[in-house]
Amino acid sequence: MIVETGHYALVLAFALSLVQGIVPLWGALSNDRSLMAVGAPAALAQFAFVGLSYAALTYAYVVSDFSLINVIENSHSLKPLIYKISGVWGNHEGSMLLWVLTLALFGALVALRARHMPDDLAATVLAVQAWVSAAFLLFILLTSNPFARAVMAPMEGRDLNPILQDPGLAIHPPLLYLGYVGLSITFSFAAAALINGRIDAQWARWVRPWTLIAWMFLTVGIAMGSYWAYYTLGWGGFWFWDPVENASLMPWLAATALLHSALVMEKRDALKVWTIFLAILAFSLSLLGAFLVRSGVLTSVHSFASDPQRGVFILMILVFFIGGSLALFALRAQALKPGGLFAPVSREGALVLNNLLLTISCATVLVGTLYPLALEALTEEKISVGPPFFNLTTGLVFLPLFVIMPFGQMLAWKRGDLLGAAQRLTFAFGIALVAGVLFAVIHGEPALAVACAGLAIFAIVGAFVDVFGRITSAGLSPSVLWRRTIGLPLSAWGTTLAHAGLGVSLLGIAATGWGVERVMAMRAGDVSELGPFTVQLQGVHQRPGPNYSETVAMMTVSSGGVVLGTMNPSRKFYSARTMTTTDAGLMTINLGQVHIVVPEQSPDGSIDVRMYWKPYVALIWLGALVMFIGGGISLTDRRLRIGVARRAQPKATGASPQPAE
Amino acid sequence: MIWLVFALLTFAAAMSVLAPLARSRKAGPLAVSQRATDVAFYEGEVAAIARDVERGLMSPADAEAAKAEAARRLIGAAVDPVEAGASRRNRTLAALVSLALIFATGLGLYLYIGSPALRDQPLTARRQAPPEQMDVMAAVAKIEAHLAANPNDGRGYDVVAPVYMQVGRYADAARALAQANKLLGATPEREAAQAEAHMMAGQGKMIPEARQAIARALALQPDFAQARFYVGLAAEEDGNLAQAREVWTKLLADAQPGAPWADVVRGRLSRLGAAPPGPSTAGALTGPPSGDAAAAISSMPEADRSAAIRGMVDGLAARLASDGRDAEGWLRLVRAYVVLNEGGKAKGALADARRALAGDVSAIERLAALAKQLGLEG
Repeated sequence: MIVETGHYALVLAFALSLVQGIVPLWGALSNDRSLMAVGAPAALAQFAFVGLSYAALTYAYVVSDFSLINVIENSHSLKPLIYKISGVWGNHEGSMLLWVLTLALFGALVALRARHMPDDLAATVLAVQAWVSAAFLLFILLTSNPFARAVMAPMEGRDLNPILQDPGLAIHPPLLYLGYVGLSITFSFAAAALINGRIDAQWARWVRPWTLIAWMFLTVGIAMGSYWAYYTLGWGGFWFWDPVENASLMPWLAATALLHSALVMEKRDALKVWTIFLAILAFSLSLLGAFLVRSGVLTSVHSFASDPQRGVFILMILVFFIGGSLALFALRAQALKPGGLFAPVSREGALVLNNLLLTISCATVLVGTLYPLALEALTEEKISVGPPFFNLTTGLVFLPLFVIMPFGQMLAWKRGDLLGAAQRLTFAFGIALVAGVLFAVIHGEPALAVACAGLAIFAIVGAFVDVFGRITSAGLSPSVLWRRTIGLPLSAWGTTLAHAGLGVSLLGIAATGWGVERVMAMRAGDVSELGPFTVQLQGVHQRPGPNYSETVAMMTVSSGGVVLGTMNPSRKFYSARTMTTTDAGLMTINLGQVHIVVPEQSPDGSIDVRMYWKPYVALIWLGALVMFIGGGISLTDRRLRIGVARRAQPKATGASPQPAE
Repeated sequence: MIWLVFALLTFAAAMSVLAPLARSRKAGPLAVSQRATDVAFYEGEVAAIARDVERGLMSPADAEAAKAEAARRLIGAAVDPVEAGASRRNRTLAALVSLALIFATGLGLYLYIGSPALRDQPLTARRQAPPEQMDVMAAVAKIEAHLAANPNDGRGYDVVAPVYMQVGRYADAARALAQANKLLGATPEREAAQAEAHMMAGQGKMIPEARQAIARALALQPDFAQARFYVGLAAEEDGNLAQAREVWTKLLADAQPGAPWADVVRGRLSRLGAAPPGPSTAGALTGPPSGDAAAAISSMPEADRSAAIRGMVDGLAARLASDGRDAEGWLRLVRAYVVLNEGGKAKGALADARRALAGDVSAIERLAALAKQLGLEG
């Protein structure tokens, strides 16, 4: 009964989303307050119903109710409880339900904030959000129903794909979905602005927290996915330019651009058309990602078993929302009043450059991802656009951003002083130079790694130069310094941390150039050098797990005769799916990691071992965490953002007040 | 009980829409007008500027410029305040539309895709259920557990094998039959069943294991009809049609009158292009073969005979179309179409049968087996 109740609740949620999509919009268009007021309660109820439905499916997984086809196909009675719960979203149907739950969650959050928003804006946003929900609910109910029942319930399920039985899976998709779906809210805001015809600084103010939330979760979601791939797929890489990874990177690039252009809009009432366009683009790209993963046009570790019917349905959703919003955009965009003016060298100018570079990288990734698909569809020729293409093109476009970032923070609104900014960044440049030399001495080749590491240091130090300058500009007495430190708006710290975090990630990526790799066959007692360390295989033994059996290699890592620790890389065999996975052994030493995989065991008792030493590799993901924290700090800053239009000044004096963030 | 829960949920959904519509809505504190937020936004901007000046983040001159810009925006955004209305007619209409959507979509869609009659089946409850309430799968699991503990219980294998066949675990069925043969002594029936299991496991192909089982069955009882039929199938699959025809013709000649499998063999033969010998199939179509009817039909001239047969088949089809719960009838109809060389209709009847018998698992299995046997699938 619980299962069917969940099923019915899902259908009701769909019915409610239709009501929510029609009535409040009707109210907004006819200026009828009673009708507009339906939006918020309907959104809350819709969230409650989807939540109920989700809980029912989770219950079915937990009690191993094999009368559900979805549970049969993706669960096993012996699976640990955590993977029964995370298994709910480890498959196509369940993950779509999580997607819709997240959509409804964001709708409910907007509903809770609706009292502080203009009635018509809240009503229209909720209505557009409901259309998105309705489309995906119908998609689930008609093509991907997790509540479909089996005529005869088997006593055992087919188990979750072993590669997904991992704590990484427990966190990665929900985080990513918060990001993807968070962008639906900015999309709804953009569509609402176009429908209501009011696009101004206020709008940017309402949208800001939602963009930030989506961006934050997208950032950690991508980082989490990258870390998961790094330790489960056993290739030692952290990013593969897999189309599905690209599908998450593109919305991130667009969201980052949106975050910055919305800032210009909020402060200076400029870049309005562009900002609205970016909001539409960001969500369109996240829909495109959904299409790529679920339609079966590509196969990858991420793609779920798919059928063409689903692909066509998602394509229709894609066309409807992207086409509809762009049509609306074309109709309304000319009506926008141009906002504040600014000189090329100014904060706005830097942000425009930022937007330009981000959208170009986004376009590059898009082309690299879609071109092989299009080519295959048209000529049946299979080509693979690999990492070299992406590394080169996105690298060329993205790296300049690290140079611009610190400058952008230093420039004043409306009219900036490039020379002054450069002077104040001399310090950061010096540190970066020294660091580059140190890196070259310690780690040596390749030159690209050294250059990128130096650039990363410049970005990190440069991120702090601005706040440091602001704190010290009014004199160096401790009381003044203290007053200024706490007086500094939180969003300034948010910017600094987010920018520094990106630099930290770059440092981690640059350092992969200094990595060491060894592939060899080892027997118990064998010793191998790995960069600065010595690795010894102590022995191999078997260990039973709940729904797998495991071959574990015991290895010790030592440096200069001192044992630093033992590692247990393993291979797991899952009998239900007759599949083998590798569990990498990881040891973190000073931000670097020793990464060992045992892909094969030979009959003669030796094992194949792949070992990596990756200095500073942890920084890649720590950087994302720093960005997340930066975003969070900025989110807590609820002040309105005011851009001060400064007059051109003859020269920058250290004592002049800095622009407020 | 479940309908009560559904009713409550539907009520909650309807209330979430009706409650806000019912509340009377004049300009209350909850309603936020555009103008009000404009002014609030402007005031917020001015306050923020003042705060920044106070903290020394902005010079007073800059503050004045910023304030001026904010004020310009406020004026620029000034729209004629439109009084938001709340029309009673719209409200009623909206309430009706919402209720219609919730009831029609909710119930309609659910009844289309849902299975309200199916209960939850948590695994632990199924395992603990008393034997007479146990579902087939749980029973299988129970027998399996028993056999794991008593691996020499040949009867257990004998019991579980047909159940395996029913639920589509063909390889397991073959294994169980082989075990039963080992423990209880081989019988031609079990060997032939094993051949069938192997065939099903091989997607209807005569895999070597199946052929060996047929050979063993015939070694035990050379005139065993089922095994001889399979010999014909194997020959047909090898492309040795002459041999298949010969084997089946001989089989029919040896058949006792009214043997239930004779129709199948005739169907096969006619597919091979050979005229099926012996009495016509018609008697088997509509029910237990009645000797008189069969004799009457077989004595008719060729044209009349086929017309009579057609009439009976059409009658059967019409009866099943109005009441489809007769599994035997469906099986006969499908077979009859094959005999009449109407493959398309046979496939159509098969699909209809599956729809009509959905839920009757053993019937579906038999249909699938028949379809494979007659080569209607794959």
